[in-house]
Amino acid sequence: MPDLDQRISRWLETNTFHHSEFWDMQELVRAKREAGLTISLCIPTLNEEKTIGKEIIVFKSELMDRYPLLDEIAVIDSGSTDRTLEIAESFGADTYLSSEILPQYGSKPGKGENLWKAIHQLRGDILCYVDADIKNIHAKFASALVAPLIYRPEIQYVKAFYDRPLAVSDDLRPSGGGRVTEILVRPLFSMFFPELTALIQPLSGEYAVRREVLEQLPFPVGYGVETSHLIDLYRTGGLDAFAQTDLDNRVHRNQPTRDLGRMAFGILQTFVKRLRDYGMVKDLPELHGLFRQFQAEGHRHEQITREILEEERPPMITLPEYRERHGR
Amino acid sequence: MHRLRDFVLSRLSGEAPAPRFPAFRFMRKGTAKARPGEAALSHREKLRRLREILFANIVMAGEIPAPTGGEWRITRFLSDRFTESGLAHLSLDQAGNIAGVLPGRTGGRTLLVVAHVDKIWSEGDDHTVSVGVGQMSGRGLADNGLGVAALATLPLILEELDVELDANLVLLGTTRSFGRGDLAGMRFFLENSGQPIDAALCLEGIDLERLSYASLGMARGEITVSTTGEGAESGVVATLAALVRSLLDIHGREEPETRILVGSVEAGSGHSVPPRGGVVRFEIRSHKAGRVARVEEEIAALVAAAEEREGEGIEVHLEMIAHRRPGNLGASHPLVKKARETLALLGIDSHVVPSVSELALLLDHGIPALTLGITKGENRHSPEETIRLEPIFDGLAQIVAMLQFLDTLDSASEPS
Repeated sequence: MPDLDQRISRWLETNTFHHSEFWDMQELVRAKREAGLTISLCIPTLNEEKTIGKEIIVFKSELMDRYPLLDEIAVIDSGSTDRTLEIAESFGADTYLSSEILPQYGSKPGKGENLWKAIHQLRGDILCYVDADIKNIHAKFASALVAPLIYRPEIQYVKAFYDRPLAVSDDLRPSGGGRVTEILVRPLFSMFFPELTALIQPLSGEYAVRREVLEQLPFPVGYGVETSHLIDLYRTGGLDAFAQTDLDNRVHRNQPTRDLGRMAFGILQTFVKRLRDYGMVKDLPELHGLFRQFQAEGHRHEQITREILEEERPPMITLPEYRERHGR
Repeated sequence: MHRLRDFVLSRLSGEAPAPRFPAFRFMRKGTAKARPGEAALSHREKLRRLREILFANIVMAGEIPAPTGGEWRITRFLSDRFTESGLAHLSLDQAGNIAGVLPGRTGGRTLLVVAHVDKIWSEGDDHTVSVGVGQMSGRGLADNGLGVAALATLPLILEELDVELDANLVLLGTTRSFGRGDLAGMRFFLENSGQPIDAALCLEGIDLERLSYASLGMARGEITVSTTGEGAESGVVATLAALVRSLLDIHGREEPETRILVGSVEAGSGHSVPPRGGVVRFEIRSHKAGRVARVEEEIAALVAAAEEREGEGIEVHLEMIAHRRPGNLGASHPLVKKARETLALLGIDSHVVPSVSELALLLDHGIPALTLGITKGENRHSPEETIRLEPIFDGLAQIVAMLQFLDTLDSASEPS
């Protein structure tokens, strides 16, 4: 254990950043050019008309017009029924319907599907994913995630975390992720992949990754996509392939507990599949894909069931269309 | 063109940044003053090229809380933008105002563009800006996030339009304009800058159609009522109600050009406990010199009478916290005529709106000045304050056309 503790402590010192370390945008753009990198920003959407316009305006102005860090801003949409695409397009984003990308492979519901198809559609050497529901959007949500990839060639995957203290006492404060992280993912990581507990918010929807990593990863199309990325890359690249950047705070919609239950169920499916694929557990019975919740009405409890099957897309590099488009 | 971007790129390539103004001064000489009024139409179209930068500045200026007296973050935002634009003589004064200078070709005269940076909302209020199709909404966007954003973007706007003025242009973000702030930032600048100003434009987010060249006489006061709690079963409610009634009676008796606005009445914190203290905030406005002072005297007498009537146990106190003298540039002033013409050229029907803001102090200092609105909007001073995006280009075109006109205006021809 002391070895593990030391490895995590060392990683926290060398691979955990604060966005303020990357304040010098001119220097960052210079370094990007020197490295010969191109960067694509991908915003996956489904009915995000309230926040998408502001995200596009801020990223386009600050990271394309003012400081040419991003080469492409794209919205990949799962079929919004509100004005998400119209607004995103009106403020200058490239907009795509997920179902129209690689249509020969069909269309599956879930955010992971959009992220997977973005690898084919977008051109950048680095892909930066940012969720569309952020109310306090700022350029740092992209710039501070791609910065470690620009400055440190050995880093492959950078996760955001949000750790702004409301009150500081003796400079110590608890750091943590969301509810699903703390009661599901962190306990599981602690048992099976203890080094990954160093990632403070493993489920954060904001991360930047090198194309050569993304194209090798299978993609669960639903809730498990972030968890599977971490496990799969950890197996091949170890903890040093990762970094994380503190973006202070993130204001967004709070999800009801019922939705978090479904999310946890999907993540658990992905997790168990990884344990089985990597031979870490044996003789597991067939697992149910039906998630059961209950709703009380007076003294009566009604059963609410929902089938949650974490389907997976294969690594993008296995698709001939992708290899042809990107010269792989 | 695009010298700001060129500047950034030259920094990136390791080249020393070229001095911003001298070369430009030589190249553009004589072109900027050509038919400035009609230029507004072409300005409007060219300005769309700055859409993203402008909109991002609106979002950022809108989301920074800036309560009166707590404006440091929004002045830092302006300071950053001014620095990036290469403004000269950037200064943050004792009142917290932020100023930068865009040197003119000859620098013989000085023009001022000012926007107050404070908002009526408190630090803890949600300042999130929502962006929809053709509009943005959020607290303080119209008053005065948009004004601040326009000020922040103005150097880039002039650059994009290839406009260089003969006169020096001072861009000023002022603090403490609302309520007890009583235009303290503007007042401090005018009394201490040592910089003679030849003409000025004040920027407000809305309303584009406004033509403000006159300031009202104004006095702002607070009547505080308090009780020790002995013998006053209803607390201060009856006293407050009587005072409000009396203020409204005075308002009813006055001629239409004099108004008494009761802006807020505060007392108590629940449903069943009589309040022990309360406050009535009001404002007297009038076009007529001397009328405000007379109404103020009447209210002072009213307060004295209320205190005498209530007797021991209840105290009534009047404090006047702000005053403005009425001023008027005059409808026939060339500046006013040009502003009306420019709005008409842009297809906008103007209407005269007297002001009690920065304009009053400028006119009081004998500086020809106008307040210009930048766009159309709704719900001013509500949490859903909304600005429309498309008319912003008209508003900005108007500002640039007016600056070009002011640059040509011979000070000797200006009416006193």
